[in-house]
Amino acid sequence: MNQADLLEKAPVFQLKGSMLALTILELSSNELDRLDIQLAEKVEQAPQFFQDAPIILALDKCLQSAQPLDLVRLLSICRKHGLHTLALRAEHPEHLAAAQLLDLAVIPPSGARERPLAIAATAEIATEPSFTPARIITQPVRSGQQIYAKNTDLIVMAAVSAGSELLADGNIHVYGPLRGRALAGINGNLEARIFCQQMSAEMLSIAGQYKVAEDLRRDPLWGEATQTYLNAEHLEISTL
Amino acid sequence: MSKIIVVTSGKGGVGKTTTSAAIGTGLALRGHKTVIVDFDVGLRNLDLIMGCERRVVYDFVNVINGDATLNQALIKDKRVENLYILAASQTRDKDALTVEGVEKIITELAEQFEYVICDSPAGIEKGAHLAMYLADAAIVVTNPEVSSVRDSDRMLGLLSSKSKRAEEGREPITEHLLLTRYSPERVARGEMLSVEDVEEILSIQMIGVIPESQAVLKASNQGVPVILDEESDAGQAYSDAVDRLLGKEVPHRFLEVQKKGFLQRMFGGKE
Repeated sequence: MNQADLLEKAPVFQLKGSMLALTILELSSNELDRLDIQLAEKVEQAPQFFQDAPIILALDKCLQSAQPLDLVRLLSICRKHGLHTLALRAEHPEHLAAAQLLDLAVIPPSGARERPLAIAATAEIATEPSFTPARIITQPVRSGQQIYAKNTDLIVMAAVSAGSELLADGNIHVYGPLRGRALAGINGNLEARIFCQQMSAEMLSIAGQYKVAEDLRRDPLWGEATQTYLNAEHLEISTL
Repeated sequence: MSKIIVVTSGKGGVGKTTTSAAIGTGLALRGHKTVIVDFDVGLRNLDLIMGCERRVVYDFVNVINGDATLNQALIKDKRVENLYILAASQTRDKDALTVEGVEKIITELAEQFEYVICDSPAGIEKGAHLAMYLADAAIVVTNPEVSSVRDSDRMLGLLSSKSKRAEEGREPITEHLLLTRYSPERVARGEMLSVEDVEEILSIQMIGVIPESQAVLKASNQGVPVILDEESDAGQAYSDAVDRLLGKEVPHRFLEVQKKGFLQRMFGGKE
C-alpha cells in the first residue's frame, strides 16, 4: 500500500450522537391566518430569539378539521417570521405524504418512538425472509471493540473482554468468557437469546430489556454457562 | 530480516520506557544490532533512562523534517556494542510525526538494524498509533491491576485492527505480554492480580514477569538500563524475557513469595 492509498483511507468524517435543545412549534389548529398574526406578536416580544431560529414543526397535536393543512403556506409563514423548519413531527398520513413531497425530515411523535411510521407511499410487498449467514468471530473481542451482526446471529469463539460490546439482530453465542456487553435482538426480536460459556457480563440485553453487572453479579448463575431469554417481557437467565 | 517491535500499554507509568531500554539492551548484549526509538515526542524520557541525555543533538523530528540525517541523529551507546538510540524531540508535540515520515525512517532503520524497538507514548492517540503502525511484534506492558489490564486489552484490540499488517490483511502482529511491578507477597494477600488472572483476562502469551524492585528506580535515576544490573531480580527477569523473545524456553522466576532468611528478618535487608 502506498502513501496515496493511505491518505485515501484516512477518515474524512465521523458520526457523533448529540442532544440539542430545540424549539418545537406545536400547532393546535390549522388556521394559518391566526397563526400568522399570533406568531408576529410573539416574535415582536423577543426578536433576537426568533431570528433564524431552528425549529421542529409539530403537527401531531393539531386538531383535524375539514380543511386540509397547507404545509407549503405553513412553512412560508414560519420562514417569514425568521424560523427555519428542520423537521416535521407528525403521524397523520396526509402530513407524512406532504413532508415527503417537500423532502422534509419527519420525526415520530413523542411517546410513540417504537411505533413504525406508516408512510402511504411505501409499497407493501411481503418478501420472504432471505437467509443471512451468522457472523463468526474467532479472535478475542477486546475492550473498546464493538461487533454488530446485522440481521443475523453472532457467534464468538474466543473471550469477550470487559469494555467491549456485542450487538446482534439475532442470537448471540459466546464460546468463551463473556465479560463485556451483549445485546441480542436489538431490532426488537423478542425471541432472541444469549448463550455463553461463562456469564460475567457487564450487561445483557434482549430487545431492549436489560440487566447490568450489578444485578447479574447477584445471580446464582454468575460465572456459569447460561442462556438468557425473554419471558413475558422479563429477562430470565437459566443454566445451559 | 529485521524485526520491528513496539513496546506499548495504553496506560501511562507502567514501565514502557524501562522495558524498551531493558529489552533493547538485552538484544544488543546477545549480539543483535538494535536501535531504540523514542516515540514520546514532547515527553522524551528514553535518553534519561539510557543515560545519554547529554549527547542528544538531533532527534526523531529533525530527521523527519530533513534537518539531519539518520546517522547524525543516532546515538551510540557507550556501554553496549550494537546498541543505538534515536531520541524524541522535547520541544515539539506528537503532531510533528506523520505517517509518511515515520514510515520512511523506520523502514530506513530496518535496513540497518536487526531489531527496531519503538517505545510508544501512553494513550491510544496519534503518537501511540504511529509507534505500533509498522510493528511486526508488540510487547504489551501491564501492571497487575484492573485499570492497566483493561487499557492493555484495548491496546491489543487496536494492534489487531489498526496496524499496517491488519490494514493489508497480512499475518497479524505477534503479541507478547509483559507484566511489570509484580509483587508475589501482595498477590498472596489478595491485593494484586496474579499472573494467572492477567493471562486469563487478556488471553495472550506471557513473555516475562518483572518483580517490583528497588533496582528499577535506582537504574532509571542512574541512567543505566536495569538489565545491566545482573545482580537484581528485575534485571534477571528482563534477561529471561529477552531469551523468550528470541524463542528460547525459559521457566518463569520470581513468581513465588521469597522466604526471608534469619539475618534478613533480624536486620530488615533490602527487598
